This record gives sequence, structure tokens and C-alpha cells, in this order.
Amino acid sequence: MTSRTPERPSAQSTVATPARPAVRPAEAVIIAPGIAVRGHLITRGPIRREGPAKLTGDARYADDLVFPGAWYGATIRSNLARARFLALELDPGFDWSTVVVVTAADIPGEPLMGAVKGLTPDQPVLVPVGGDIQHHSEPLALIAAPDRRTLRAARRAATVRTEPLPPVFDPLDSDKVFVSHDVVAGDLAAGFAAADMVLEGEYRMGHQEQLYIENQAMIAVPTDDGGVTVHGSLQCPYYVHPALMRALAIDARQARVVQAETGGGFGGKEEYPSLLAIHASLLALKCHRPVRMIYERHEDIAATTKRHPAVVRHRTGVLRDGTLVAQEIEVILDGGAYCTLSPVVLGRSTTHAGGPYRCPNVRITSRAVRTNTPPNGAFRGFGAPQVIFPVETHLNRIAEALGISPLEIRRRNVYRLGDVTPTGQVLSSSVAGLEVLERAAEAVDFDAARAVTHRARLTGQGWDAVATSPLRSPVRASASGIGIALAWHGCGFTGSGELRYNSIVTIELDATGQVRVLAANTEMGQGTRTILPMIAAQALGIPSDEVEYAPQDTALVPNSGPTVASRTAAIVGGLLVNAARKLRAEVEARNDGRSFARVYREDAARHGASRASDQFKPFPGQPFDEHAFTGDPYPAWGWAACAARVDVDLDTGEVAVREVVAVDDAGVVIHPILAEGQVEGGTLQAVGYATIEEMKVQDGRYLNDRLSTYLIPTAVDAPRITAIMVEAPFDGVPHGAKGLGEMPMDVGAPAVIAAIHDATGIWIDRLPATPERVLAGLTASAGANESGRPGSGGHDRPGGRP
Amino acid sequence: MTAIRFLVNGAPVELEAPGMRRLLDVLREDLGLTGTKEGCGEGECGACSVILDGDVVDSCLIPACQVDGRIIRTVEGLAALTPDGRILDDLQAAFLATGGAQCGICTPGMLLAARVYLDAGGGPDEDAIREAIAGNLCRCTGYTKIVEAIALAAETGRRPAGA
Repeated sequence: MTSRTPERPSAQSTVATPARPAVRPAEAVIIAPGIAVRGHLITRGPIRREGPAKLTGDARYADDLVFPGAWYGATIRSNLARARFLALELDPGFDWSTVVVVTAADIPGEPLMGAVKGLTPDQPVLVPVGGDIQHHSEPLALIAAPDRRTLRAARRAATVRTEPLPPVFDPLDSDKVFVSHDVVAGDLAAGFAAADMVLEGEYRMGHQEQLYIENQAMIAVPTDDGGVTVHGSLQCPYYVHPALMRALAIDARQARVVQAETGGGFGGKEEYPSLLAIHASLLALKCHRPVRMIYERHEDIAATTKRHPAVVRHRTGVLRDGTLVAQEIEVILDGGAYCTLSPVVLGRSTTHAGGPYRCPNVRITSRAVRTNTPPNGAFRGFGAPQVIFPVETHLNRIAEALGISPLEIRRRNVYRLGDVTPTGQVLSSSVAGLEVLERAAEAVDFDAARAVTHRARLTGQGWDAVATSPLRSPVRASASGIGIALAWHGCGFTGSGELRYNSIVTIELDATGQVRVLAANTEMGQGTRTILPMIAAQALGIPSDEVEYAPQDTALVPNSGPTVASRTAAIVGGLLVNAARKLRAEVEARNDGRSFARVYREDAARHGASRASDQFKPFPGQPFDEHAFTGDPYPAWGWAACAARVDVDLDTGEVAVREVVAVDDAGVVIHPILAEGQVEGGTLQAVGYATIEEMKVQDGRYLNDRLSTYLIPTAVDAPRITAIMVEAPFDGVPHGAKGLGEMPMDVGAPAVIAAIHDATGIWIDRLPATPERVLAGLTASAGANESGRPGSGGHDRPGGRP
Repeated sequence: MTAIRFLVNGAPVELEAPGMRRLLDVLREDLGLTGTKEGCGEGECGACSVILDGDVVDSCLIPACQVDGRIIRTVEGLAALTPDGRILDDLQAAFLATGGAQCGICTPGMLLAARVYLDAGGGPDEDAIREAIAGNLCRCTGYTKIVEAIALAAETGRRPAGA
């Protein structure tokens, strides 16, 4: 890149001025080695680092990498949800000398794996013969072959013998609790005693598939020292690295993890790649060749982690004016067959369960339990969407019952500066809940828009029965509604997560005068590779295109922690600013105080390479007690609001989300286009969660394990999405960022469900709001009203036709 | 094995392949054109989209025997080749300017679907653009900036040399 654009441009800028003399025709501008654009590229902020490579097809994802002589690997999986694994029978008619087979007996190291440090390893790398199968599609054995045809033949010649055992599928029936919490604040009984009204509700959500468009992919290459190098599609190189060391019984130098260009993760490539890397490595070490394990979509959906299904119960006491006085909340997460990240996910569900609202008397009980379904894991939002949808929908029902608008009840209860959360955290800075709420309401003119939908109902549009349908009107076959939602999202890891990692970020000025950031945080579309150099450049006082970002290769970069929890911009970015300031001070000190920008190349030539690092130190504030769940779970909170407009088809129950305005407070915006991209993409995933994304589970197996049956929104299904950025900087990091990627995922679903209610008067308490559920609601509502019209049950809804 | 001849990105190709080998595999593995991606293998996601005689098709559903004598364009053929390097076409430049690519795995297919739309005279109308790319799934962007990019390319109204 040759641009010298401002680091945080507020207006349009251009990347049209080449820094080097152009050898191109006069109108062409070089933007990457060997790649140019014609004329001026009008954009905001530096262009995405790897953008040109992605646009030309040059970018190399795992399956694009060529390793001569590589074999192809496959996984033999269970086809029962719970069973004893009796035997792996190999057909003697097949020539097994042409392939390699790996079973649990071939694992040189630990046979069980845990998702991350500190969590009990309980998941078998492969189920041993004689062991228990705990979920459908569980890996039992591995095969590698020199070509795909031989691999297919070998798979057909291998038979799994099992004896069924009784499975548990309903989390409410589970007898195994992975982890539980009980958070108490104030006096719940006194709170309910003082309440003018008490409302109860139960909310349910199913699995959601991350559906990165690039499937899981890993290639293991054996090395001369008995170790292995893996190249894969992954979020966290330093999760995979210790996982390889443990399972293969190799040391830190023998294990090397290199991230290939990664086609989306969204949490789905947080912990699963560790298992896949072990599988590919076991095969590679046994056949002494590189082994490619590239999942097909069907296998990827059938076997890998999903968003945790949840059951959430609310009992809430309020005063007549809408003031919350008591919240009793129970959260149950379905962890699936193994612990994986469930304790960490549940931690976030627990801290977020009450929503961004002040309430003096609170009890939150939560547990994550085992069922015989594939393990659930990380997915954008990480336990927060599962509690925000319930708390937001419950608050709307309270507002309706009290005759208060959904906007007003939020204004009255949203946290303000100085308020105290259920864990005892004092919100002493960077509190922007009211601001994001008002910005969203203003952007859609919420009160006026709601008056319009209200009038439509009053005049009966969309409601009068006609001969062909009991539900639609002669005027319109659909009803429109608008909804609003509000959330908070804790910045970075919950509790002492950061302390466990002790992340290190390094910046170097090498002997050739090149500045380079060394960190393990991965680019998977969200912009890491672009924003971290911007952050470093700003601290150094140089243009961002003069800062390189080193490849995510455990042989090259330090462990700056995983790329999860929206922590890259905030936490890693903060360490990077500190490291860059140290480097700048060192260089300027030995150059008579002349600015880094002026002297750094000359300094490198004279003094050779320089490096500076920074390591995580605890934020000020109360420490968090992981057992009692008291203290400051996050150093700061981000705030998000969302307004959605929907049309509900009254014949079919189909919901079309027309428009979403999403307002997010990321602390500071580092790159405007990338930030908006996070909000727009997260919002559409939330819209999918709210309306169409449903995993059908039968006997512990995902029935719709293909892209033709698990649907995600297309460009036609997608609403017009407007992203509005709010900046309430976090003073605990030098650059003020709080993280962004997950917040839009929290608020989309409750806003859509609120809009469906505004349109129809029905409450959807189970995600997604499929046409079947909406139609059932409409029909029940129509049946409950003798006039035959739906939606007249709501307090603030107009009555039926006389 | 069948002898198959076709043009890819303007260059003649002649190879022996099983007739039912997927065009996707011919492109990626036999010709090394890995810009074309596989997302689902069943024609749902559009990541493997290529342009075949002017139409956008899913290369995972096209058997090699069907491309004999035809003209194929992949993402590698979008930028104009010059002695000094490649010059991005307007659509690629627009994706870069608006932020239409995030993880990038849907991008090649998305670009080709959009190219066919623009080459057929498609304009900046948002609904028409959304319809044109409805066969290409993106999980990162919410489509907002992809639609913006295509509208921008339509507005500039310029076409790459030779298109």
C-alpha cells in the first residue's frame, strides 16, 4: 500500500498518491505489489491489507495450499448419540497396506482434550474401542490414503460396531452439570413484596450454526525432528499449539501452527481446529507424509460446534411506572456432550442475564449441562445473545402490561453512570446505554413509526378477515411493525481470563528499517491485519502503510492471546500501543529527541534491530471472584441498540425484516469501513437467528446438516442495514477501544421479535420466529378472539372489529 | 478420460479428465486456479461461481465434459494484465473502496455474479443488485457493502478493456 491517509479519518479520503515513483501508466496507482487501480480510489481509511489478494484470487486459504505427495484424511464417526464402541472392523477384502488407519491406541500423548487451559479435559481425541460414544458424529477412527478414491473405498471397508445406550437430549433432564453460578444482589423477597406487578416468562433458543463459508480445513506436515507443522483455517494458533503438544507428546519447538487465510470464523474456528489439527497430525505422523483434512459442508455442520441452545426463565417485579425492583433469572445452557468452552460461555450468560438495567434486587442462577448432542461452543456473542433476547422480550411484555412504550421503559431503567451491577461493579465510566438507545430511536423516529403501525391496526388494515384467509385483510396481506432493543456487552474476557493468558505483544524495528507488529491475533475477515498496524502507526507517529503485520505462525509471533471475545482491538490493541510507545521512546532517546518518524530508518541502519514488548497487567478496579461471581467481570462495557422494521405475511407467517438501524459503542472507531462491516455482518447473523436459522435435531443428530436445508439469509432476505457508531472511550487502555464484533449479534433478535409483536400482537418466546411459529401464534390469537382477528390480546392493541 | 478443450480467461486449455470430474476440481487442481472456492459442493452457496459463456454458474455442479469448446472466466481473469502487473477492474476496485470483501471466501463468486449483472447492462438499483447476487451467500458483510460496491461500479459505468 502506498497511501498516507489519516489514521482515523473523519471525512472521505483517497489512496491515490503513490509514495514511490509510478512505473505504471499515468492514471494507474499501485495498491499492492503487482496490482494497481485506475484513477482515484475514493474510500475511508486505509484499504484492507489483504484486500487486493482476496479480490484477485491470489489469497491462499488452507485448501488452496499445495503440498506435494500429500495424502487425504477422513474421519470415521459414530452414527448413534450414545453407545458403547465395541469394535472397528476392517474388511479383509480391502488392501489395508495402501492406507493408514489411526485409532485411540495410536495417540502418543493425552487421550483427552480440553478446549482451553484451565478447563477439565474430557473430550476424547478419538473414542477408544470399549469406550463410550457420547454424541452423533463423534470421531472414532481416522484414515488417510494417497488419493480420494482409495480413501472412499477404505471408508466403505471399515465398519463400526456399537451397542446403543440411553441418551439424554433435553437439558432439563440432564444429570450432569458442567458448571453453575448463583449471583445474588439485594433482597429479592423484599423486591417482589414492593412490586406493583410481577411477570413471569420462559424463553427458548435452539442451536445456531456459525456457517463460515470456508469449511474447517487443516493440513499437517511431519517435520524432521519428529514434530509437526499444521497449516489451517483457525482463529487461535496458541490454542492449537498446546493441544498438539499434549496429544502428540511433543515439545513446544516440535509443534508449529501456521494460520492460512481464513474464510470466516465467528467463534466456530476458536476451539474446533485444535481437534482437527490433532487428527491431521496423527495421520501425518503415521504415514510420514503431509495429510490434508478438508471438511465438506455436510461433515462440518454435522460434527462441529454450534451456539448453545438455552432455556431462560424470568420472574420480574416492577413498580407501576416501570421501575425494575426485582429480577429472578434462571439460565440453562445445553453444553452438548463435552465441556469444551461451556463454563466460559456460561460466565458471559450469567453476567449479561439481567440486561443493561438497574435493579436493586437480583438473583441469577445459571448452569451448563451435558446432553448427548455434539458439543456446543463459541459463536459471536458467546452466551450473551441467549440472555439478551429473553431479558429484552420480557421487558417489552412488562411495558405492554403497564401501558408504557418500549422506548420509555428502557429510558427509565437503563444503567447510568455510577450505577451498580448485580456482581457489585460500579459503572464509573464509559456508560453509553442511553445514548445508543436514543440514537437508534431518533434514526427511525421510533415513536412516530410506532404510531403509524398502531393506526394501521386501529383502522383494521391487515386484520379484517376475508373469505380466502381468516387472517388477512382485503387491503393488505401483511402487517408491518417496528421494534427496538438494547444491550450491553462486556469488553474482553469474563473475569480473570486475561490473567490466565498473560498476553504479550511485540513490535520490532528490524535492521533494514522495517517496522513490524508481532502478535498471534488472526485475520478472518474482521480486519485485524489492517487495524493493528494502524494502531501501532498512530503510536509511532508514522503512516500505517509503513507498519507490517507478521504472519500468524507460532514460530514467529508471541502469544498475544486468542482472537475471540472482541478483544483484539481493545486488549491486544492496548498492549500494542504500549509496546509502540516504548520503542518510540527508546529510538527517540538515542537520537537526540528527534521524532521516530524522521529517524527510525537511519536508527535501524546505525544500531541494528530494536524490539519492544508489552505484557498484560490487570486493569484497575475490583478483582473478579470466579466462584462467588462478584466484582468487576469486565474492565468496561460496550453498549448497543437496534431498531428493526418487519413485514409479517398474514397468510404464511413469514417474516421479512425490511430495515435495521444498529447503533454500537465500540469505545473508539479505529477504521470506519471495517467497523461498519462488523455491525452490518453481525446484524444479519442476528436477523438469521431471529427468523430462519434453526437446527432440527432428531435422536441427537442434526437433520438439516447441509446448506440446502440449514438456511442463512441471502442478499434478498437481508434488510437494509444502517450502522451508526458511537464512541464512549474506555480509559483503561491508551487508545480507548472496547471491542465491537459481538454487540450487533446481541440486539438484532430481540428487536425483530419486538417488531413482530408490534405488527401482529403475538409474542414469540422461542427463536427462531419461523413461519410455523408465527402462524401458530396468529391462529391462536385469532381463535382467542371471537371476531376472528389475531393480535387483539395485547394490552396496547386496538380491540377487534365490533 | 475425455479430451476437453476450452478457453479460460482468454487462454486455450487442453486436458484429459474424467468426463464427470467437477469443473471446480479441473480449475482448482488441474489448472491451479484456486481463486474459485468450494463452500458447499451442492450449488447452494455460490462460492464456486464462474462465468461460462457469459452466464454465472456453480462450477461444483458442472461436469468437465460440458465445458468442451466453451469459454470460462474465473476471478483470476477479472483484472487486466499489463506488462507491469495487473490493473483491477472497476468492480474489484469498488469492492476495495467500499469494503465489500471481509473474509474473502465468497468474494470471487460474488465478483463474477456481479460482473455478469453489470455486463448485461445492470444498473445501480439496489433491489436488482440483490436479486443478481441472491445465489451467492456471504456470512460476513450483511451484503450492505457488497451491494454498495456493485452500485458504485455500475455508476462509474466503465468496463475493463476487452470486456
